[in-house]
Amino acid sequence: MQEQSRHEAETVERFLDSTLASVDNAEEIAVGVAQRAGFEEDDLLKIGMAVRESVVNAVVHGNRYNANKKVRFSVVKNSQRFTVRVADEGDGFDFEHLPDPLAPENLLRSSGRGIFLMRSFMDELQIHRLEPAGMEFVLVKYMAAR
Amino acid sequence: MSVKLNTRQVGDVSVVDVAGRITLGEGSSTLRDALRDMVSKNQKKILLNLGEVSYIDSSGIGELVSGFTTVTNSGGQLKLLNLTKRVKDLLQITKLYTVFDVHEEEAHAIRSFA
Repeated sequence: MQEQSRHEAETVERFLDSTLASVDNAEEIAVGVAQRAGFEEDDLLKIGMAVRESVVNAVVHGNRYNANKKVRFSVVKNSQRFTVRVADEGDGFDFEHLPDPLAPENLLRSSGRGIFLMRSFMDELQIHRLEPAGMEFVLVKYMAAR
Repeated sequence: MSVKLNTRQVGDVSVVDVAGRITLGEGSSTLRDALRDMVSKNQKKILLNLGEVSYIDSSGIGELVSGFTTVTNSGGQLKLLNLTKRVKDLLQITKLYTVFDVHEEEAHAIRSFA
């Protein structure tokens, strides 16, 4: 049964409220799909953390906790890739000119590490600007080795 | 479980036993408030025991950094004790492991404040 579910495609899609509770919810959903996909403990932790960071970004910096704005969240697993998409309805930001959190002058900054952690924990991170508003984060882990 | 803090005094060092999750929201603000409170009471030697911290996110890392800066700027010292593998890994990839003075044994950490 476990072996069978590992090879089955799975898609989960949700529209989440712009609250911190959505962060836990999103992590739980993504880690659940990843577990069924056969990812091991270390990868589950990394996926969970990357998803948390991306949803925190959408809720806090994108939608700014606005109750009228939603976070579109999806997890798609197929034989090749495990993909999480997180989209907000905010004003967006200049993602091509973010300060490097590892630069000596930024090491003691209290924020600015979320995107770096997403990139560190996943195999791919894509960031897109959406029309008419918002940003989308696409987080990918490859299934090949599993 | 969110974060729980227990502060005890060992000589002139304030040891803060931290347990649970240091994440955006209650977890990180609890730690921030506790450290600010200690600085306002002129406690200069603070040892954060993170041995029971199960999870920390970028906001939690930010609070550790912010706490370190606050304590240092007030003329004090903030050191870390008993990092779990997860926390140690996170501090290493963010290049913060060498910023903090990290210890594995409490007695050794206490002595290092002298």
